[in-house]
Amino acid sequence: MSLGSFLLRRLGSGALAILGVSILVFSFLHLVPGDPIDHLAGGEATADQRRLLEACMELDRPLPAQFLAFLGHIVDGSLGHQCPDPEKRPTVAARIAEVFPYTAALAVGGMLVAIVLALPLGVIAAIRRGTWLDTLATTTSLAGIAIPQMMFAPLLVFIFFVSLGWFPGPTETGARALVLPALAVGTHLMAMLARMTRGAMVEVLGEDYVRTARAKGLPEGKVLLVHALRNALLPVITIAGMQFGSLLSGAIIIEHVFARPGLGTTLLDAILERNYPVVQGSVLVIAAIYVGVNTLVDLAYGLADPRIRHA
Amino acid sequence: MKVALKLSPSAWVGAVMLGVFVVLGVIGPWVAPHDVGPRALDLAHRFEGASAAHWLGTDSKGLDTLSQLLWGARAALQVSFVVVAISATLGLTAGAVAGWYGGIVEEVLMRFVDILMSFPGILLNIAIVAVVANPGLPVMIAALCANGWVGYARVARGQVLALRERDYVAAAVALGAPSRRVIWRHLMPNLMGPALVQMSFGFGSVILVEAALTFLGLGPQVDHTWGAMLDQARTFLWKTDWVKLYTLVPGLAIMWVVLGANLLGDGLRDRLDPRQRGRS
Repeated sequence: MSLGSFLLRRLGSGALAILGVSILVFSFLHLVPGDPIDHLAGGEATADQRRLLEACMELDRPLPAQFLAFLGHIVDGSLGHQCPDPEKRPTVAARIAEVFPYTAALAVGGMLVAIVLALPLGVIAAIRRGTWLDTLATTTSLAGIAIPQMMFAPLLVFIFFVSLGWFPGPTETGARALVLPALAVGTHLMAMLARMTRGAMVEVLGEDYVRTARAKGLPEGKVLLVHALRNALLPVITIAGMQFGSLLSGAIIIEHVFARPGLGTTLLDAILERNYPVVQGSVLVIAAIYVGVNTLVDLAYGLADPRIRHA
Repeated sequence: MKVALKLSPSAWVGAVMLGVFVVLGVIGPWVAPHDVGPRALDLAHRFEGASAAHWLGTDSKGLDTLSQLLWGARAALQVSFVVVAISATLGLTAGAVAGWYGGIVEEVLMRFVDILMSFPGILLNIAIVAVVANPGLPVMIAALCANGWVGYARVARGQVLALRERDYVAAAVALGAPSRRVIWRHLMPNLMGPALVQMSFGFGSVILVEAALTFLGLGPQVDHTWGAMLDQARTFLWKTDWVKLYTLVPGLAIMWVVLGANLLGDGLRDRLDPRQRGRS
């Protein structure tokens, strides 16, 4: 199968999945008992205010019409309107665009921390397999996987902000304020990637082509980096990519601890205040990001290893 | 099972760690030194460090930390046990049915799996728990099962696709065994190995996600879950002397269970799923 038709098929099934998520969320929101107007308007709202809100959220129309309206908002790029605020009509897309840079910065920062730490750790553990270095690296990554972010992130804040004062704490923004959240996100990821790297390297180091490379007298560094690591990277790329996708959809616990704005927090807040347009819009964006990144990962897979045919 | 005896030492360590958790989860509330109910509030003894009366100190309401930890073990065990059991049953059945019947059944089920996988799991769990007003334990369990079964379904379908070509399955069909009998008597037993691996890992991830949800203030509002304890520690981060202990106690407890589940899962996978051998 050619790359083009592979892409088309992936995009098709991806779009189908995203549409499926939208329908699922839409029906779920409307099945659950509870009037969203009560939540948003509060107790003192007059009948007029309630009607305005209802009209803004398009709740006064039949369900199928509401869903069609939602699809229409996808097409016009607004993703719907935030309610209550019928006067200025700020779009859901605008609200998401406002928080997305924070989410993206955290995802990139966390990924950088993870990769910079994981690759050396995994490679060293694989080369020195069975020694105390290997044990140390393996134990570190196991601990990193098991450590709950709900404990690790507050501890980071406690040590580096409350006690030492080296880095800014929660609610602050800016480059330096990114350090602690990125560390918190990156450590967990680092642990997973280091494990994958070690496993893949151990396997690859036993391959014939590595022995050939050594036998023909290549310097060990070149053997390891060019012949071994490049081939070992495949599973690492997969996991890194999938994790990047979920980071881009909001690292909700870290956002919560550091009181950072982000996609995950936006979705959580919207759910809690029953703001249906925002819930539907952010769910759609998150699903699109997630599916998009996973498709890119599959493509990268083929680029990294030409032996893989997209079937 | 004979294989159980041949597990690696680290898998045994994991099994023992999980075992300790299960035992404490069952007997915890009975051996807890103090009451953790509303009547036990003791505002004169808030934010205390370790002492003879309170081995692990007290919290912001003067409740005994060790007792909260033990009650939390019960809560965590309940949720994870029920969620893993329901998810595994649902997932294995769905996967086996999809793999065996193929066609439209398989297409529909696997599309549904695709949809659930095109969205980060924890956000789905959060959405379900957050939308329901005053969610109780059943809502939490339902939320965790909503996407928990997907992993089992994928494993089961893959296995069944391979198994259905085997001679003994063909023989059973030729002898006139109905599909239901083939699935339950001939396919299911052979799915148990991979399912066990998945269940072990699932145990760890359910504990983590459940704690994350209660940490975010979602789900049943009781104080003595590990997630709620961590949330309380976060709220009083400025109580510098106290917060270290109170963060570490539930945090390390969660880590203990997740570590145990992962060690056991790794060991079982090496034993039962030869395709994966050497990957980790």
